[in-house]
Amino acid sequence: MINSSEILSTLEMIERQHLDIRTITMGISLRDCTRHSAEHTAREILDKIRIAAAGLVRVGEDIEREFGIPIVNKRVAVTPIAEVVAACETDDYVIFAKALDDAAHEVGVDFIGGFTALVQKGFTASDEKLIRSIPDALAATERVCGSVNIASTRAGINMDAVRRMGEIIKACGNNAARLVVFANAVEDNPFMAGAFHGAGEGERVINVGVSGPGVIKTALEQCKGAPFDEVADVIKKTAFRITRVGQLAAREASKRLNVPFGIVDLSLAPTPAVGDSVADILEEMGLERVGTHGTTAALALLNDAVKKGGVMASGHVGGLSGAFIPVSEDAGMIRGAECGSLTLEKLEAMTCVCSVGLDMIAVPGDTGAATIAAIIADEAAIGVVNNKTTAVRLIAPPGLKLGERIDFGGLLGSAPIMNVNAYSSELFIARGGRIPAPLNSLKN
Amino acid sequence: MKSIVTVIGEDRIGIIAAVCTELARLKVNILDISQTVMQTYFTMTMLVDISRCDRSFGELSDALTELGGREGLSIRIQREDIFKAANRI
Repeated sequence: MINSSEILSTLEMIERQHLDIRTITMGISLRDCTRHSAEHTAREILDKIRIAAAGLVRVGEDIEREFGIPIVNKRVAVTPIAEVVAACETDDYVIFAKALDDAAHEVGVDFIGGFTALVQKGFTASDEKLIRSIPDALAATERVCGSVNIASTRAGINMDAVRRMGEIIKACGNNAARLVVFANAVEDNPFMAGAFHGAGEGERVINVGVSGPGVIKTALEQCKGAPFDEVADVIKKTAFRITRVGQLAAREASKRLNVPFGIVDLSLAPTPAVGDSVADILEEMGLERVGTHGTTAALALLNDAVKKGGVMASGHVGGLSGAFIPVSEDAGMIRGAECGSLTLEKLEAMTCVCSVGLDMIAVPGDTGAATIAAIIADEAAIGVVNNKTTAVRLIAPPGLKLGERIDFGGLLGSAPIMNVNAYSSELFIARGGRIPAPLNSLKN
Repeated sequence: MKSIVTVIGEDRIGIIAAVCTELARLKVNILDISQTVMQTYFTMTMLVDISRCDRSFGELSDALTELGGREGLSIRIQREDIFKAANRI
């Protein structure tokens, strides 16, 4: 039998250290929803999701109750809408976003992802329409998340798309918190705002993301001053335990919904709650404040050890799998940004060694579209050259200046406005075209 | 189906009796009990079989939470699998 100390330590992980399942995300293919008329297609989309995800929230709640583990979000990810509705006779894609939002409300999920276009090499007419519709689509909906993939290691960086996304992010205002710009987007990511149901996926799939920064932080408190070999070992063992819980939830959800299990995403997702912070883990390793020198090395160790521990705990691992460093969703990151220890430049360096990118960062409302585009280009270059996923989720809240703060509410948290480089990138971004795919040999 | 009941609270006379009586009423079979008192804190973990219980898991859990409320204890019931998953390879 499981002994008392194992039982009590598991309860402690859940109740004091914020171990939870961040999300059970059901991927649903909408490929069979295409009709000529936009209204008819929107109806098909709504009907399909309504039926396919009908049991998702109930099953999530049952698992929560029976296993005593909180499942913070239940979500749906769908086929990139630009592909589903390409044949429809309409220029305005807001109708499809509304259908997704209606479906999300009906089945009771917290978010629905897939208002998406994949344009790493070029735009189809449908991609163009979708991207143009993003600001209105996000404004007209509450739970819809959008994403655009603008670069990949095989295709290079579509700089026309980069320029366009700088403008779109500006136009979205605070709703940009539900929009992510990717390089090397993955097809089975359960996390928002970037979840979509990729082309290689089946009809339906269950993907799960866990969250447990607090558990790792607490485990590290027991080895103060120990060498890094020991730190890595403690993180691996703890990540194993966390991921096993995620695997259990994924398997149960898959069985009860009769939907194939896809992957467990090994990312350590923080929340704004105190004690649920990735930054706290880095500080526990000996950094006075996150963002100071040594932060990138600490994060590299954390990210690698989490994967090594997690990979053995799960049958299939995928998604983004790494430590997330969203500023607004992590109390320690917010503290670092507010005291000036954590800067945009340091965050960029940190994204070289972890998933997923510049996430939930607020910049001054008067930041130019070209500057935002240039930030996207830098981040995409890191992903493309290093063969990894990177993303940008920036918000330029209209009217807000450096030193002020924006509150997104709920899991999205609140963010201090961070400084951007004042010099112009205008002419660089105006060039457009494509940055060619990098060489994948002669590595140095 | 095997589950784990945990009872935590200030120690006093009759905790085990109260919990066991309620479990018997709910037709839950106790397979194993482990109990300690640290300082004044009482902690008990029980392995139980709920296959003969005619309530849903949710109702069972609610009944135990209610008992906990009445007795000033924290009482939880969870499927055994989560503890196995989190602790065993």
